[in-house]
Amino acid sequence: MSALGTVFLQTANFIDAAYIVAFGLMIYGMSGLTGPRTAVRGNQIAAAGMAVAVIATLLRKGEFHGSGTVWLILAGLVIGTAVGVPAARNVKMTAMPQMVALFNGVGGGAVALIAWVEYRHHFGGDWPLRAEGFELFGAIVGSISFWGSAVAFAKLQEILPGRPIKLAGQALINLVLLIVAVASAVALASGTHSQGLFILGILVASAALGLMVVLPIGGADMPVVISLLNACTGLSAAATGLALSNPVMIVAGMIVGASGSILTDQMAKAMNRSVPSIIAGGFGGAVAAPTGATETGGTVRSTSAADVAIQLSYARQVVIAPGYGMAVAQAQHAVRELERALEAKGVTVKYAIHPVAGRMPGHMNVLLAEADVPYDLLREMDDINPEFSRTDVTLVIGANDVTNPAAKNEPGSPIYGMPILEVDRSGSVIVLKRSMASGFAGIDNPLFYEPKTALLFGDAKTSVSEITAEVQAL
Amino acid sequence: MDPLVIDIAVLVLAGFVGFAVISKVPNTLHTPLMSGTNAIHGIVVLGGLLLMAESSGILEKVLLVIAVAFGTINVIGGFLVTDRMLEMFKAKDPPKADETPPEGDGS
Repeated sequence: MSALGTVFLQTANFIDAAYIVAFGLMIYGMSGLTGPRTAVRGNQIAAAGMAVAVIATLLRKGEFHGSGTVWLILAGLVIGTAVGVPAARNVKMTAMPQMVALFNGVGGGAVALIAWVEYRHHFGGDWPLRAEGFELFGAIVGSISFWGSAVAFAKLQEILPGRPIKLAGQALINLVLLIVAVASAVALASGTHSQGLFILGILVASAALGLMVVLPIGGADMPVVISLLNACTGLSAAATGLALSNPVMIVAGMIVGASGSILTDQMAKAMNRSVPSIIAGGFGGAVAAPTGATETGGTVRSTSAADVAIQLSYARQVVIAPGYGMAVAQAQHAVRELERALEAKGVTVKYAIHPVAGRMPGHMNVLLAEADVPYDLLREMDDINPEFSRTDVTLVIGANDVTNPAAKNEPGSPIYGMPILEVDRSGSVIVLKRSMASGFAGIDNPLFYEPKTALLFGDAKTSVSEITAEVQAL
Repeated sequence: MDPLVIDIAVLVLAGFVGFAVISKVPNTLHTPLMSGTNAIHGIVVLGGLLLMAESSGILEKVLLVIAVAFGTINVIGGFLVTDRMLEMFKAKDPPKADETPPEGDGS
């Protein structure tokens, strides 16, 4: 017993055991995230795993002898908490995607900084080449992730325009930057003496690459990009783990890398686009061939809240197709009220959820869940599309590109081939819109010019509330 | 065995675990999932902690404090935001599968 006890109390073994517990908890927690009923607990379990990993690391007593180190660590943890907690608490639901981009970016930044320090630290020392290789990978990918996420944040926050920003010879510039970054890495690994210069070369070239890669990507593709950057940060964290030979970092980083890749792929598929073509840039570029976009410039029919209320009240089935406009206007509660008012009149109401409606997959689900909309009313695209032909009225609330029939009918359209909500097959369509501005992808929507479509202009929340009042008054 | 081989074996296995666990997530939970995995890669904070003990010179220390702060923001912010999103799913869960629990819902 005493021998066993000593073995167990030896710090190194304790830490190894704690690390295994930590990644076990993270994996278990993540598997909990696969179902709505286990998700909350899953997230908490994963967080507990993270806490175990951090505490176990801090318990490596022997290594933190200088009291200065303790204070520095404390400073980092306190600053991080002081920034992270209020940011996470106060962010509005509509701003979630930007927040995820930001949190992802700082993770990538941490990887890049750690790589930088590792480099300075091992200057001229006996650092195994392979550890060096992993660290260099981390430096490049972490830096790309940080700056790429910063651009994604700025675009979603509308600090930068959402439209693609393109330079002439973009692909060439990107290639040159990548070559500079990789060449600097190779120069470093083969033992060049001016190490400080080359590690900065790597970080700066990768930073520029991160900016250049994300800038030309239009807002509609931004969720895919955030997911991709998320996967990249995961991989770079795993690389750092390999360099430091730290099992928790390897496992946690790699799991994120794997899951992020799957999610990225699924999201790209939902838009019928491949990840490489998104990275190659430019969604809805201004010059995209306008073949057959004849309806453009036709007349639109506008309507009033009272008319809409009548149409809705006497329908048998109404489908609500929400989009980013509902998120911006914070109209989800008003929408829920309208749904209740209609149900009270015996109307069947369903919600049509396009996988990329809003700015992220699941964006609409989160908002509608906040407004207590029952789960079973939310229908995914494949389930709801066959129902549109049996639907009397479809109410499109601030959704545009995901309902655009050009994706089906106009081979020249930049979004041709993207699966859409086939709202144009329902009896009539009412679109709530702020103005005639085109969607985030910058593409005109022929749906608006169809004879069966009526537009109700105004703020989504106000419009929905007016309709509800009219419905209740009928 | 070479420790590197073991590390890479762990890496490969973790990759498959990631695929296996994640491919089952319903669309509805994609946003929280992205946010949750995002929090998990904040594990890099460990790298900052481990290197802090070996660091020397002001520049290294400053860089590491920033790295630890970044990692902490990633972890804490990520988990909190995910929790906020998920609480909303939890609140409206009752009509789902289990038809038993009237848990203090005394109406």
